Amino acid sequence: MKVLTLNFLTCAVKSCKSSSDSFPLHPKDAELASDDVEVNPQLLINLLPRLDWKALKTTSTELGFPQLPDSPPTIEDLQSDEKLLKDLHSLLMETNLMEGKLVCGVCGHEYAVREGIPNFLLPSHLV
Amino acid sequence: MSRPEDTLQADVHYDDVEARKYTTSSRIQNIQASMTRRALELLDLNTPSLILDVGCGSGLSGEILSDITPEEGGPHVWIGMDISPSMLDVALQRDVEGDLFLADIGQGVPFRAGTFDAAISISAIQWLCNAESSETSPQQRLARFFGGLYQSLKRGGRAVCQFYPKNDVQKQMITSAAVKAGFGAGLLEDDPETKNVKVYLVLTAGQSAVANTKSGDITGVVENMEGVDVVDNRRQAKSGKGEIKKGSKQWIIKKKEQMERKGKVVKATSKYTGRKRRIAF
Repeated sequence: MKVLTLNFLTCAVKSCKSSSDSFPLHPKDAELASDDVEVNPQLLINLLPRLDWKALKTTSTELGFPQLPDSPPTIEDLQSDEKLLKDLHSLLMETNLMEGKLVCGVCGHEYAVREGIPNFLLPSHLV
Repeated sequence: MSRPEDTLQADVHYDDVEARKYTTSSRIQNIQASMTRRALELLDLNTPSLILDVGCGSGLSGEILSDITPEEGGPHVWIGMDISPSMLDVALQRDVEGDLFLADIGQGVPFRAGTFDAAISISAIQWLCNAESSETSPQQRLARFFGGLYQSLKRGGRAVCQFYPKNDVQKQMITSAAVKAGFGAGLLEDDPETKNVKVYLVLTAGQSAVANTKSGDITGVVENMEGVDVVDNRRQAKSGKGEIKKGSKQWIIKKKEQMERKGKVVKATSKYTGRKRRIAF
C-alpha cells in the first residue's frame, strides 16, 4: 500500500467517523518496500491540493523518514524544482507498506496489513 | 445467465478456483475490458486522476486504468476494494499497479471526504442486494455504500457502476439508494432489450451546472453522445399524482388509507363511501 493511500485512509468504525483523531491511521511494526514507478508530474500536481500535509508529516515521521518541511510545497515549487518533485514522488508513490498494522487513534482498532493488502473487514458489531 | 449472488456471498463464491477461472477466461476478460472502456468514456477524465475501483476483483479493470496513455489523460492511479481474498490473491500474483484493500463495500468506504476524482465499479454492486444475515438488509448496505462513496468523491466527481440487475425492482432499489445518498443518478443501457444488455449507473456528486437541461439527462454525461435516448421517469411520476380528483371516491379512499397508516381509527369503506346524500327538504 502506497503512502499516498495512507494519506486518505480513515478508520472504518462508525463511531470514529465523527472524530478527527481517526485520521491518519498510525502504522505499527511496519515493513516497507520500494517500488519503481514512473514519475508522473501532472498527477502529483493534481493531487497536491488534496493531500493533508500535516497527516503526511506525521506518517512519514512514524515510518522513520527525515522530517518534512512544515508547509506543503506550492504547485510552482513542484514545477520548477525537479528534486523536490522526485522526493515527493518517491515518498508518495514508490514507498509501499508491505506488512504491519494500522492503528486508529480513537478506538485503537488494528487493521492488519499483509502483502500490502490491509484488511478492512469489520466484525458486525463495529459497523 | 447464472446468478452466483443469489446463492452465495461474494467472498465465499469467489474461492481460489472460481477466482482463477474468472480471471483466466478470455471471454470474461474481453467483456470486462470493453465495459471498463465504456465506463472510462462516461467518466470523461482528461488528466491523471485518483480512481476508486469498487469490487476490483483480480484487477482486470484496474489494469486498463493504469494503461491509459498520457495523450489520453492517463495513466490513472487507482485504489481497489474487494471482499474476496482469493480474488485479491490473484491480483497480487498478476502484479497489478493499484493499491488493494480487503473490505466489504456494504460496510462503507473508509476514505476521507473528497479523496477520489472518480469511481468505477464493474459487475459488483448487484452483490449488495443480497443480505446474508439478519443484522443487515440490502437497503442498509446500499445506503452505507452510496453514502460512503458520495463522501469520498470530490465535488463534481463522477462514478460509473456497471451492474447486472436481476429485475426492475432491483434496478429501482439501487438507483433510489444512490439518489438518497445525494447523487445525481442516471441509468445508461447499452444494447437495451437484447441478451447482451449492459446497465451502467452513472452518478455525479454535487454538480448542478447541467441539471437544468431540458433533455432530462440530469447527469450530463451523455450530452454529446450519439445514439442515446434519454428517458426521464421523474415527470411521469409527478403527472400521475394529479389524476385523482379531490373529493372523488378514489380520493377519499386514498386519504382513508393514509390515515389508517398513521394509526388513526378509520370507518370501514363500503359501497356508500363518497356518495352524495339524498337531497331532503
